Amino acid sequence: MAIMAVQSASNLDGMLLRIKLQRVERRRKLRAFTLVLPLLLLNLIAFVSPIGRMMFNAIHDDTLLTLMPRTTAALSAWDGKDLPSESAYAALAEDLKQAWAQKTSGVIGTRINYELPGASGEVASSARQASTLSAAPYKAALIEISPLWGQRGVWSLLKRGHSAYTAYYLLRSVDYQYGPDSRIVASPPEYAVFRDVFLRTLGISVGVTAATLLLGFPVAYLLARLPLMTSNMLMIMVVLPFWTSGLVRTTAWVILLQEHGLINDMLMALHIISQPAALIYNRIGTVITMTYIQLPFTLLPIYSVMKTISPSYIRAARSLGAGPFYAFWKVYFPQSLPGIAAGCLLTFIVCLGYYLTPALVGGPRDQMVASFVAYYTNEELNWGMASALGAILLAATLLLYYVYNKLVGVDQLKLG
Amino acid sequence: MPDASNAFVRFSDIQKTYDGETLVVKNLNLDIPRGEFLTMLGPSGSGKTTTLMMLAGFEVPTQGSILLGGRSIDKLPPHKRDIGMVFQNYALFPHMTVEENLAFPLKVRKIGRAEAEARVKRALDMIRLGAHGKRRPSQLSGGQQQRVALARALVFDPRLVLMDEPLGALDKHLREQMQLEIKHIHQDLGVTMVYVTHDQSEALTMSDRIAVFNDGVIQQLAAPAELYERPQNAFVAQFIGENNRLHGKVVAMNGATCNVEVPGAGNVQALAINVEAVGRPTVLSLRPERVKLNPTPGSLPNVFSARVAEVIYLGDHVRTRVSVCGHDDFVIKLPNSEGVVQLEPGTAITIGWKTEDCRALDAS
Repeated sequence: MAIMAVQSASNLDGMLLRIKLQRVERRRKLRAFTLVLPLLLLNLIAFVSPIGRMMFNAIHDDTLLTLMPRTTAALSAWDGKDLPSESAYAALAEDLKQAWAQKTSGVIGTRINYELPGASGEVASSARQASTLSAAPYKAALIEISPLWGQRGVWSLLKRGHSAYTAYYLLRSVDYQYGPDSRIVASPPEYAVFRDVFLRTLGISVGVTAATLLLGFPVAYLLARLPLMTSNMLMIMVVLPFWTSGLVRTTAWVILLQEHGLINDMLMALHIISQPAALIYNRIGTVITMTYIQLPFTLLPIYSVMKTISPSYIRAARSLGAGPFYAFWKVYFPQSLPGIAAGCLLTFIVCLGYYLTPALVGGPRDQMVASFVAYYTNEELNWGMASALGAILLAATLLLYYVYNKLVGVDQLKLG
Repeated sequence: MPDASNAFVRFSDIQKTYDGETLVVKNLNLDIPRGEFLTMLGPSGSGKTTTLMMLAGFEVPTQGSILLGGRSIDKLPPHKRDIGMVFQNYALFPHMTVEENLAFPLKVRKIGRAEAEARVKRALDMIRLGAHGKRRPSQLSGGQQQRVALARALVFDPRLVLMDEPLGALDKHLREQMQLEIKHIHQDLGVTMVYVTHDQSEALTMSDRIAVFNDGVIQQLAAPAELYERPQNAFVAQFIGENNRLHGKVVAMNGATCNVEVPGAGNVQALAINVEAVGRPTVLSLRPERVKLNPTPGSLPNVFSARVAEVIYLGDHVRTRVSVCGHDDFVIKLPNSEGVVQLEPGTAITIGWKTEDCRALDAS
């Protein structure tokens, strides 16, 4: 009995202790949460929600569903083998009349035009002329107005419009599209540019990352081994470009690289070349300029890791019989890998999203995914395509990150 | 001077300066016989580490040359010197396991895999870490890391092993344990070892001979007992063990002994070790444990009356600070054994010492 009483008392004490601990912890957690809250909200509003919205835009499009409700509904029973029946044409005529009255035929035309290039004008004129049609039969009359309505392709497009979700934008982003029978087919060569753009983006990013590593590693090594005074001064020179806008830095390279720019003039003055070399508005200019801008991003994490590697490791390796190169390669280099991995990852991911530099110093064949996103957002106003390209880039980046994590291990990374 | 065949390592006329103005090492001449455990002991900035680094090949002497096994190694890069080295922070390669660390010098030397594995295993057994071979250095305790560093410096059977304050990062207990372990390894393997430390008890524990460095110069090179019993100058007397210093002036020289006039005390008889001439200042050095308490009158040449100022109980001995001859920092060590008088502060006593225990040294 006595023992049991003691046990229950200690249990009670234990519970009280736990409650006390929780109370103290709760207050601490609340304080920490309050401190984090502004940043969390900012990230939610400015980062997570636009990205979520964009991903949604890539597959969501209810233009046809809302603006042509009768036609899309009438087509749900259509088998897609032949042209639809008179009732579908009647619905179409009604929708076109409504579109003409509400001035939405332009929007419908644009949407149809995405998948059937050249259809935009046909839709507009059909809407105008359909408004004068008053009685059945509509089928012959509409085909008379525009041969567009005699094609199966437009009807299968309208049938797909019955759903507010479409894979069309994502398919286009990887050079596929819907055929006239709603089957997925490869895009015709004149529109099949996107796989090329993605590969180009990857290629340029890999190239720039490799170039920054090759240039940055020796500098980081030097900086990490110099006396503090000297290395601080050199470090300022490395970081200085950070304080200058990317636009200014890119423009500086325009001055250097252009046909009669500093580099060409100098090479010609030295009689190394007789004709100005093509250094700008091509791949060379893009890679050079991006490498220059990205160099500190790769260098700084490597430097900060190297700073922590004691010089006595090299000495130890030397005293154990390793030559200078062997000691560096087997002892120093492996220890700097976390920095290399972090720096390369940082530069690679930033490179994937480059827009400004290729736009200013690249040619038409050097534009990266971001340029096309901007084009679809600002010029074409085709947000579906812009979103789909962005979503695919994001997915590819996450996939690469996953592979990278498997290879290197992100817990191995050190950013500083 | 030992003959050249006896000198396995020879520093001859070594000078080293970093800035072209001050010499860190001045005219160093040092012979180390094969199989010796030699310690370079001294305060920081005394040139001992620089000397070690010159031997290892990481620093280049400004002047002079170093011979190893009778051959100059001045032009030999560190990795060709065949010298094992243990660093202050161990410098175990963090990205390798213990086994890989130990195999590193063997791999560099292109020693066959079977042979290398056997040697690594033997080395691990020697340091009693046989079960830890697959761990990373960061998963070991400080003492274990230290032992791995030691094994790595020994595993390739180097001609010479250098250690740069290898026990500095360990706590006192572990340090003492490792001192004995290193000493035993040295005795078992018979390899020549050069050890750098600023800890005198470490030096006394382990060394065959100790070179006491100060100000870029070897102050005294001797066996531990010799160094403690017979310091040749005031710096060594001060640096090794505890010692009472009495400043005075030489008034008479009688061969091996001399008379020194100490202000406030009068005439003290001492061994003339490092005195120049009559009339010159000198410092008398006296070990605290050699001072006799209340000696029988007439039994000792030097007897003075004193007063107990402070008594500090230290377990194995009682440290008594007395004021004598105008000095009140004069220390006597009394063993805590039967029959030793217990003193109280304020007690008037007499103290005395033999002439042989009182050494007249240079006045620094």
